[in-house]
Amino acid sequence: MAEKPVPIPDEISAPFFDGARQGRLMLQHCSACDSWSFPVRERCPHCFAARLEWRQASGRGSLYTFTIMHQVMNPGFASAVPYNIAQIDLEEGVRMTSNIVGISNEALRIGMKLQVVFEDASKNVSLPKFRPAG
Amino acid sequence: MPNQPKGAIVGLGVTPMGKIYGRRAVDFAAEAIALALDDAGLSKSDVDGLLINANLPGDMDVRSQMVLGFENLTLVNVMSAYGSTAGSMMQYACMAIREGLANVVVLVYADAPLSPTRGAGQSYAGPHRFPLTGIVGLRAAYGNFGANPEYAMAARRHMHLYGTTTEHFGIIAVGQRKWAQLSPWAQMRKPMALEDHHASRFIAEPLRLLDCCLVSNGAVAVVVTSAERARDLKQPPVNVLGYAQCAPGDNLRADRHPAVETGAKRSGEIAFRMAGITRDDIGTCQLYDCYTYTVLVTLEDYGFCAKGEGGPFVADGKLGPGGALPTNTGGGQLSGYYMWGFTPLSEAVVQARGQGGARQVPRNDYVLVSANGGILNYHSTIILSRHASG
Repeated sequence: MAEKPVPIPDEISAPFFDGARQGRLMLQHCSACDSWSFPVRERCPHCFAARLEWRQASGRGSLYTFTIMHQVMNPGFASAVPYNIAQIDLEEGVRMTSNIVGISNEALRIGMKLQVVFEDASKNVSLPKFRPAG
Repeated sequence: MPNQPKGAIVGLGVTPMGKIYGRRAVDFAAEAIALALDDAGLSKSDVDGLLINANLPGDMDVRSQMVLGFENLTLVNVMSAYGSTAGSMMQYACMAIREGLANVVVLVYADAPLSPTRGAGQSYAGPHRFPLTGIVGLRAAYGNFGANPEYAMAARRHMHLYGTTTEHFGIIAVGQRKWAQLSPWAQMRKPMALEDHHASRFIAEPLRLLDCCLVSNGAVAVVVTSAERARDLKQPPVNVLGYAQCAPGDNLRADRHPAVETGAKRSGEIAFRMAGITRDDIGTCQLYDCYTYTVLVTLEDYGFCAKGEGGPFVADGKLGPGGALPTNTGGGQLSGYYMWGFTPLSEAVVQARGQGGARQVPRNDYVLVSANGGILNYHSTIILSRHASG
């Protein structure tokens, strides 16, 4: 059976994946304008400051929207359909795309509170996913 | 009274569309350009400007001008804002002509992503499109492949906020299929009922197969020149009265909502002001319809109805044949052919000229053309008319 694709960390994304491995959601924060950003980048998209610091995010958010994917676009997902893809608004003000776990697709509701969890995608890579909070 | 035209469309070339295998994009481009020049009554040597719409595989690059055998072009470039590029190209072509940088500018989109072993879904969202290295590798890891799930999430958000239903989406699809049945150029001409839409398989909920556009091999070319020169050419001139872009930004900030508030709003306001007409003057809309949802949200953002009321607005079938606001009269990208922004642009030219035959709309004085690209990250608007003032 085909495996799901696993990201390969590179230099700039290493802190994100290292954090996930240790069970922490790491995001970039700009101390010049006190804002968070995602996905990973070299420079603050709000104020163009050149230095972004990695900080642990709360991991708390709410469900902005979601889809249930039926189409198999990659053989690694052949046995996963139908699966959800969701956009999560984090308390830090960034919107992440991920999967919601620990709940049936039918029970997903926009606005529901979510908490990050980490799932192993391989021996070396963990992925932040989200489950209902509380 | 409308404002002065900024330029005019004088030639249109549309190749056969669909599962036509074994030809490269640039070959389709050559055929479309030859058709467009013939349509205009111009020759290749009259062309001094070429704007190429970058396609997804990237093979329509700037070297295409040599493969196509042009000489002494004084304006050449590849432009890229995905699906919205057609409007941007029209903008830059008219500006260049007005500045005297070129006299006759060809705009072309060509693509051939389909092959006997690679269908519509795989061509746009297959593994070759999703690198694993770096943070972008998360997309494949989460199973977030291509535009389908992203537009599905946009549609779901709209449904949540405003009560939009799959019925509303289906009515749009059915109306456009009815138009397609009247167009010799359309790929999908079998009758479609609302039940067929509801019975079609889910691609990415809430979007079903019949909510999603086609993917086509083929090409469209249009020839643009000054409104003055257009008067002496073969076809009735289609005047370009207004144009504008708006890129609303990415949707990865929690304070932004381009999925439900698109760039159609701002680009529409600017284009209407430039044209000197109002929404009520528009007799037909040719809107980018990568998904049924896109039509609905675009109509809202142009102000044809209030934000959130797109569903009830389309529910009476007013977009279909015989309706009050005939829209996507060639079947659009859902049932006609998928040439990014050149799908709405090409049909707009046909309607503005009055050459639509069985699908010709009665009010063709002013035609609204929209195009959007990315995941609603880019938008362009063009307003066309068979009338020229002054």
